[in-house]
Amino acid sequence: MKNGAVIRLDEVSKGFGSQLVLNRISMDVPRGRTTVIVGGSGQGKSVTLKLILGLMTPDSGRVLVDGEDITRMKKRDLDRVRSRFGVLFQGAALLDSLSVFDNVALPLQERTSLGRDEIRDRVMATLEQLGLTGHENKFPAQLSGGMKKRVGLARALQLEPEIMLFDEPTTGLDPEKTMEIYRLFSETRERFGYTAVIVSHDIPKVFNLADQVVVLNHGRVWSFASPEELQLSDDPEIVGFVRSTMGTIYRSGGVE
Amino acid sequence: MILESLERLGDWATYWLGDIGRMGRFLGAAVRGVFRPPFRFRALLGQLREIGANSIGVIFFTALFTGMVLGLQGYYTLRKFGSEGMLGSAVALSLLRELGPVLTALMVTGRAGSAMCAEVGIMRNSEQLDALECMAVDPFRYLIAPKLLATVIAMPALTMIFNVVGIFGGYIAGVELLGVSSGAFMSGMEGSVVDRDIVMGLVKAVVFGVVVVWVCTGRGYFVHRIRGAGFGAEGVSRITTQAVVISSISVLVWDYILTAVLL
Ligand SMILES: Nc1ncnc2c1ncn2[C@@H]1O[C@H](COP(=O)(O)OP(=O)(O)O)[C@@H](O)[C@H]1O
Ligand SMILES: [Mg+2]
Repeated sequence: MKNGAVIRLDEVSKGFGSQLVLNRISMDVPRGRTTVIVGGSGQGKSVTLKLILGLMTPDSGRVLVDGEDITRMKKRDLDRVRSRFGVLFQGAALLDSLSVFDNVALPLQERTSLGRDEIRDRVMATLEQLGLTGHENKFPAQLSGGMKKRVGLARALQLEPEIMLFDEPTTGLDPEKTMEIYRLFSETRERFGYTAVIVSHDIPKVFNLADQVVVLNHGRVWSFASPEELQLSDDPEIVGFVRSTMGTIYRSGGVE
Repeated sequence: MILESLERLGDWATYWLGDIGRMGRFLGAAVRGVFRPPFRFRALLGQLREIGANSIGVIFFTALFTGMVLGLQGYYTLRKFGSEGMLGSAVALSLLRELGPVLTALMVTGRAGSAMCAEVGIMRNSEQLDALECMAVDPFRYLIAPKLLATVIAMPALTMIFNVVGIFGGYIAGVELLGVSSGAFMSGMEGSVVDRDIVMGLVKAVVFGVVVVWVCTGRGYFVHRIRGAGFGAEGVSRITTQAVVISSISVLVWDYILTAVLL
């Protein structure tokens, strides 16, 4: 694909009422790499993911997935594009009415013609990989935050997506659980080779995973080819952002 | 000043027209969802239990006391004209044509409709509906259709139960407590009730069922779009109250429309 960008936002604006959340932002998500989008709370990170998924339509601009503009797509084509994505939502978004097993089995039941036994085997295998064996009959309300995220990850991986989107995968988790999610991320990415977009404000830890970093601030974006480049930037707004989120050590000390 | 009020009015009108349009499209999508394969039989059974079977207790007591009050009020009114013999007919017709379907719909709104609204609203706020869409699972087919179908099946059944229990209540009050002759009560009823009355009641029950599910799940589905609802749990609780109010009023409005058309 041209420029190796699997997702491209082109001059995208989105507002709610009088509030302009994204102001003509453009960014590329390179194929096979990990893009980390950072920004403070309420800066439009989740909105950006929803635009990429076609769950919201931009007020103007285009959202291209492999060159196809999804903002003008018919429902059926959109479903086809979406089936290439896996999503781990901020609160995991497990269906409350279904058990862990049924949640993870849902995409297989709904989107494939696999038989019962096959589905069972696959689900149990994924649950084991994510350390969830023994919890399959619990309901989401009975799970801790970290466990919900793991179930959400298991569900998202069932259809072996080409592109995985993570909305604040570690927010609300303690440092230990955070490291575990990062470990699972690296493991599953290695296994499935997906393109990843991670929205986070777990700075600087999330930078360990990043190939590319995008900063979202006051409706504008800055893209950096690497976390180091971000830290070395002399754009005053980025300097301020880095200082406020990471402290001055990272700047004066340069690259770790 | 004037311009400002005009602007506010325009704003308000745009919002409500948009809201009505959304709700209209929502109903269309929900009905299409019912006919879209694969059919979720297990979910339908679950909803039938939730909306139908679990409402029977409430329906039973509401119907019993409604019927008894009808028997009581009817008796004292009819006695003024010396026509206590008409009691069976009066009780049965009021129930079959009006009170059965209307009160059943109001009870289903309170019991099942509010729960549906809260459930769908919570699913919206916790991104469960987004998750379904991202898995290319149609939320209308998956979530709304079983509720709609179950309610459309359960409403006539619950209404029939309401009618039977209500007539029984009227019989207790009229015949057992006030001494109207049992023969007069029964024959008056048999002589005046025709198939049309029963059909009318059941048509109402089905329409009310659609109205209740439409309003309640629709309000929940659009909780993020409804002005003044706010976010999170507070938004869901506000929207649930609103859904119950709108649903109840809609049932009464549709009752008038259907009565005018069907009579
Ligand atoms: N459906 C919506 N309706 C109105 N405002 C919204 C909606 N979704 C998000 N917003 C607003 O857009 C802004 C960005 O939200 P979001 O993308 O969720 O932030 P975050 O970067 O924390 O994920 C917030 O101010 C939020 O209030
Ligand atoms: Mg967010």
